[in-house]
Amino acid sequence: MAVRVQREDFDPGLEMAALGKGRHDIGGVASFTGIVREEKGAGGISSMTLEHYPGMTERKLEEIEAEAHRRWPLEASLIVHRYGRLEPGERIVLVATASFHRKAALESCAFLIDWLKTKAPFWKLEEGAGGEQWVDAREADDEAAARWTKDA
Amino acid sequence: MKILQVRYFAWMRTRVGTGAESVEAPDTVRDVAGLMDWLEGRSPGHAKAFARREAVRIAVNQDYVEADHPVAEGDEVAFFPPVTGG
Repeated sequence: MAVRVQREDFDPGLEMAALGKGRHDIGGVASFTGIVREEKGAGGISSMTLEHYPGMTERKLEEIEAEAHRRWPLEASLIVHRYGRLEPGERIVLVATASFHRKAALESCAFLIDWLKTKAPFWKLEEGAGGEQWVDAREADDEAAARWTKDA
Repeated sequence: MKILQVRYFAWMRTRVGTGAESVEAPDTVRDVAGLMDWLEGRSPGHAKAFARREAVRIAVNQDYVEADHPVAEGDEVAFFPPVTGG
Protein backbone atom coordinates (compact mmCIF):
# COMPACT_ATOMS: atom_id res chain seq x y z
CA MET A 1 0.00 0.00 0.00
CA ALA A 2 1.30 3.42 -0.88
CA VAL A 3 -0.05 6.95 -1.15
CA ARG A 4 1.79 9.93 -2.65
CA VAL A 5 0.61 13.53 -2.93
CA GLN A 6 3.03 15.48 -5.10
CA ARG A 7 3.47 18.47 -7.38
CA GLU A 8 5.54 16.52 -9.94
CA ASP A 9 4.24 14.44 -12.84
CA PHE A 10 4.44 10.64 -12.72
CA ASP A 11 4.95 7.87 -15.28
CA PRO A 12 2.02 5.40 -15.09
CA GLY A 13 4.03 2.66 -16.85
CA LEU A 14 6.95 2.87 -14.44
CA GLU A 15 4.63 3.07 -11.42
CA MET A 16 2.69 -0.02 -12.50
CA ALA A 17 5.83 -1.99 -13.29
CA ALA A 18 7.22 -1.13 -9.84
CA LEU A 19 3.97 -2.26 -8.19
CA GLY A 20 4.35 -5.86 -9.35
CA LYS A 21 8.14 -6.07 -9.48
CA GLY A 22 9.56 -9.32 -8.17
CA ARG A 23 6.13 -10.64 -7.24
CA HIS A 24 4.79 -13.92 -8.61
CA ASP A 25 1.47 -13.88 -6.71
CA ILE A 26 -0.01 -11.08 -8.83
CA GLY A 27 -2.30 -12.09 -11.67
CA GLY A 28 -3.16 -8.61 -12.85
CA VAL A 29 -2.70 -4.89 -12.29
CA ALA A 30 -5.64 -2.52 -12.93
CA SER A 31 -5.16 1.22 -13.20
CA PHE A 32 -6.93 4.52 -13.74
CA THR A 33 -5.13 7.68 -14.85
CA GLY A 34 -7.03 10.97 -14.53
CA ILE A 35 -6.14 13.72 -17.03
CA VAL A 36 -6.99 17.44 -17.10
CA ARG A 37 -9.68 17.87 -19.73
CA GLU A 38 -10.33 21.00 -21.72
CA GLU A 39 -13.99 21.93 -21.24
CA LYS A 40 -15.71 22.73 -24.52
CA GLY A 41 -17.70 25.96 -24.72
CA ALA A 42 -17.67 28.74 -22.11
CA GLY A 43 -14.30 29.84 -23.47
CA GLY A 44 -12.59 26.58 -22.44
CA ILE A 45 -10.14 26.35 -19.58
CA SER A 46 -6.51 27.29 -19.98
CA SER A 47 -5.34 25.67 -16.77
CA MET A 48 -6.35 24.35 -13.39
CA THR A 49 -4.92 24.64 -9.88
CA LEU A 50 -5.43 21.85 -7.36
CA GLU A 51 -5.45 22.78 -3.69
CA HIS A 52 -5.20 20.19 -0.93
CA TYR A 53 -5.07 19.91 2.86
CA PRO A 54 -1.53 18.67 3.66
CA GLY A 55 -1.75 15.96 6.29
CA MET A 56 -5.47 15.29 6.06
CA THR A 57 -5.31 14.56 2.33
CA GLU A 58 -2.67 11.85 2.80
CA ARG A 59 -4.57 10.44 5.78
CA LYS A 60 -7.86 10.21 3.90
CA LEU A 61 -6.19 8.56 0.91
CA GLU A 62 -4.58 6.00 3.25
CA GLU A 63 -7.98 5.29 4.85
CA ILE A 64 -9.62 4.82 1.45
CA GLU A 65 -6.80 2.52 0.36
CA ALA A 66 -7.08 0.48 3.59
CA GLU A 67 -10.83 0.15 2.96
CA ALA A 68 -10.13 -1.28 -0.52
CA HIS A 69 -7.78 -3.85 1.05
CA ARG A 70 -10.51 -4.82 3.53
CA ARG A 71 -13.04 -5.35 0.74
CA TRP A 72 -10.86 -7.11 -1.87
CA PRO A 73 -7.91 -9.53 -1.67
CA LEU A 74 -5.24 -7.12 -2.97
CA GLU A 75 -1.53 -7.86 -3.14
CA ALA A 76 -0.50 -4.24 -3.74
CA SER A 77 -1.95 -0.80 -4.45
CA LEU A 78 -0.84 2.74 -5.22
CA ILE A 79 -2.51 6.15 -5.23
CA VAL A 80 -0.61 9.15 -6.66
CA HIS A 81 -2.42 12.50 -6.71
CA ARG A 82 -0.91 15.77 -7.93
CA TYR A 83 -1.54 19.29 -6.68
CA GLY A 84 -0.60 22.75 -7.96
CA ARG A 85 -1.08 24.19 -11.44
CA LEU A 86 -1.91 21.77 -14.26
CA GLU A 87 -2.54 22.32 -17.96
CA PRO A 88 -5.07 20.43 -20.13
CA GLY A 89 -3.61 17.05 -21.11
CA GLU A 90 -1.57 16.73 -17.91
CA ARG A 91 -2.04 13.76 -15.59
CA ILE A 92 -3.75 14.49 -12.23
CA VAL A 93 -4.19 11.13 -10.53
CA LEU A 94 -3.13 7.49 -10.75
CA VAL A 95 -4.84 4.61 -8.99
CA ALA A 96 -3.37 1.13 -9.43
CA THR A 97 -4.36 -2.13 -7.78
CA ALA A 98 -2.75 -5.55 -8.05
CA SER A 99 -4.36 -8.86 -7.19
CA PHE A 100 -4.22 -12.59 -7.82
CA HIS A 101 -7.57 -12.20 -9.62
CA ARG A 102 -8.54 -9.63 -12.25
CA LYS A 103 -12.00 -9.04 -10.74
CA ALA A 104 -10.57 -7.84 -7.42
CA ALA A 105 -8.07 -5.59 -9.22
CA LEU A 106 -10.65 -4.03 -11.57
CA GLU A 107 -13.40 -3.55 -8.97
CA SER A 108 -11.12 -2.12 -6.28
CA CYS A 109 -9.59 0.30 -8.81
CA ALA A 110 -13.07 1.66 -9.69
CA PHE A 111 -13.95 1.84 -5.99
CA LEU A 112 -10.79 3.80 -5.16
CA ILE A 113 -11.29 6.49 -7.79
CA ASP A 114 -15.01 6.85 -6.96
CA TRP A 115 -14.36 7.21 -3.22
CA LEU A 116 -11.31 9.43 -3.72
CA LYS A 117 -13.39 11.92 -5.71
CA THR A 118 -15.89 12.45 -2.88
CA LYS A 119 -13.72 11.91 0.22
CA ALA A 120 -10.15 13.13 -0.40
CA PRO A 121 -9.65 16.85 0.38
CA PHE A 122 -8.73 18.34 -3.01
CA TRP A 123 -10.31 21.38 -4.66
CA LYS A 124 -10.05 22.44 -8.30
CA LEU A 125 -9.75 26.08 -9.35
CA GLU A 126 -10.33 26.50 -13.07
CA GLU A 127 -8.78 29.41 -14.93
CA GLY A 128 -10.46 30.24 -18.22
CA ALA A 129 -11.15 33.18 -20.49
CA GLY A 130 -13.79 34.36 -18.00
CA GLY A 131 -11.41 34.37 -15.03
CA GLU A 132 -10.99 31.98 -12.10
CA GLN A 133 -13.72 29.72 -10.78
CA TRP A 134 -13.85 27.03 -8.09
CA VAL A 135 -15.27 23.81 -9.50
CA ASP A 136 -18.55 22.68 -7.91
CA ALA A 137 -18.92 19.13 -6.60
CA ARG A 138 -20.89 16.96 -9.01
CA GLU A 139 -23.95 14.95 -7.99
CA ALA A 140 -22.87 12.22 -10.41
CA ASP A 141 -19.69 11.75 -8.35
CA ASP A 142 -21.72 11.35 -5.16
CA GLU A 143 -23.89 8.74 -6.89
CA ALA A 144 -20.83 6.89 -8.15
CA ALA A 145 -19.41 6.79 -4.61
CA ALA A 146 -22.77 5.80 -3.09
CA ARG A 147 -23.01 2.66 -5.20
CA TRP A 148 -20.08 1.23 -3.20
CA THR A 149 -21.81 2.06 0.09
CA LYS A 150 -24.69 -0.27 -0.78
CA ASP A 151 -22.19 -3.10 -1.20
CA ALA A 152 -20.76 -2.58 2.29
CA MET B 1 -11.35 31.17 26.36
CA LYS B 2 -10.02 28.40 24.16
CA ILE B 3 -7.33 28.73 21.52
CA LEU B 4 -8.23 27.05 18.22
CA GLN B 5 -6.32 26.71 14.96
CA VAL B 6 -8.77 27.45 12.16
CA ARG B 7 -8.03 26.47 8.54
CA TYR B 8 -9.86 27.49 5.36
CA PHE B 9 -9.62 25.95 1.90
CA ALA B 10 -10.78 26.76 -1.66
CA TRP B 11 -13.47 29.46 -1.75
CA MET B 12 -13.72 29.53 2.03
CA ARG B 13 -10.08 30.67 2.05
CA THR B 14 -10.50 33.30 -0.66
CA ARG B 15 -13.61 34.74 1.04
CA VAL B 16 -12.10 34.88 4.53
CA GLY B 17 -8.85 36.21 3.07
CA THR B 18 -6.51 33.80 4.86
CA GLY B 19 -5.86 30.06 4.90
CA ALA B 20 -5.15 29.79 8.61
CA GLU B 21 -5.73 31.78 11.77
CA SER B 22 -5.29 31.18 15.47
CA VAL B 23 -8.36 32.37 17.38
CA GLU B 24 -9.29 32.75 21.04
CA ALA B 25 -12.91 31.66 21.13
CA PRO B 26 -15.07 32.52 24.16
CA ASP B 27 -16.22 29.70 26.45
CA THR B 28 -19.73 30.03 25.03
CA VAL B 29 -18.36 28.38 21.85
CA ARG B 30 -18.87 24.68 22.58
CA ASP B 31 -19.29 23.06 19.19
CA VAL B 32 -18.49 23.74 15.53
CA ALA B 33 -21.90 25.37 14.92
CA GLY B 34 -21.19 27.79 17.78
CA LEU B 35 -17.72 28.46 16.38
CA MET B 36 -19.20 29.28 12.95
CA ASP B 37 -21.67 31.71 14.58
CA TRP B 38 -18.78 33.41 16.36
CA LEU B 39 -16.37 33.43 13.37
CA GLU B 40 -19.07 34.95 11.17
CA GLY B 41 -18.88 38.17 13.19
CA ARG B 42 -15.12 38.63 12.77
CA SER B 43 -15.18 40.33 9.34
CA PRO B 44 -17.36 40.84 6.25
CA GLY B 45 -15.20 38.14 4.56
CA HIS B 46 -15.97 35.63 7.34
CA ALA B 47 -19.67 36.53 7.09
CA LYS B 48 -19.61 35.87 3.34
CA ALA B 49 -17.73 32.58 3.78
CA PHE B 50 -20.24 31.23 6.31
CA ALA B 51 -23.37 32.62 4.62
CA ARG B 52 -24.29 29.28 3.02
CA ARG B 53 -23.76 26.80 5.84
CA GLU B 54 -25.12 23.85 3.85
CA ALA B 55 -22.21 24.26 1.41
CA VAL B 56 -19.56 24.15 4.18
CA ARG B 57 -17.79 20.89 5.06
CA ILE B 58 -15.99 20.54 8.40
CA ALA B 59 -12.98 18.65 9.75
CA VAL B 60 -11.79 18.66 13.37
CA ASN B 61 -8.22 17.46 13.85
CA GLN B 62 -8.28 16.31 10.21
CA ASP B 63 -11.35 14.06 10.48
CA TYR B 64 -14.72 14.87 8.90
CA VAL B 65 -17.36 15.88 11.47
CA GLU B 66 -20.82 17.45 11.56
CA ALA B 67 -21.60 20.90 12.98
CA ASP B 68 -22.68 19.49 16.37
CA HIS B 69 -19.14 18.14 17.01
CA PRO B 70 -17.59 19.67 20.17
CA VAL B 71 -14.51 21.89 19.97
CA ALA B 72 -11.79 21.90 22.63
CA GLU B 73 -8.64 23.86 23.43
CA GLY B 74 -5.94 23.23 20.81
CA ASP B 75 -8.24 21.72 18.18
CA GLU B 76 -7.54 22.25 14.48
CA VAL B 77 -10.86 23.11 12.85
CA ALA B 78 -11.03 23.26 9.05
CA PHE B 79 -13.78 24.65 6.82
CA PHE B 80 -14.06 23.96 3.10
CA PRO B 81 -16.51 23.32 0.24
CA PRO B 82 -17.35 19.79 -0.96
CA VAL B 83 -14.21 18.19 -2.40
CA THR B 84 -13.52 18.08 -6.17
CA GLY B 85 -10.34 16.03 -6.64
CA GLY B 86 -9.62 13.08 -8.88
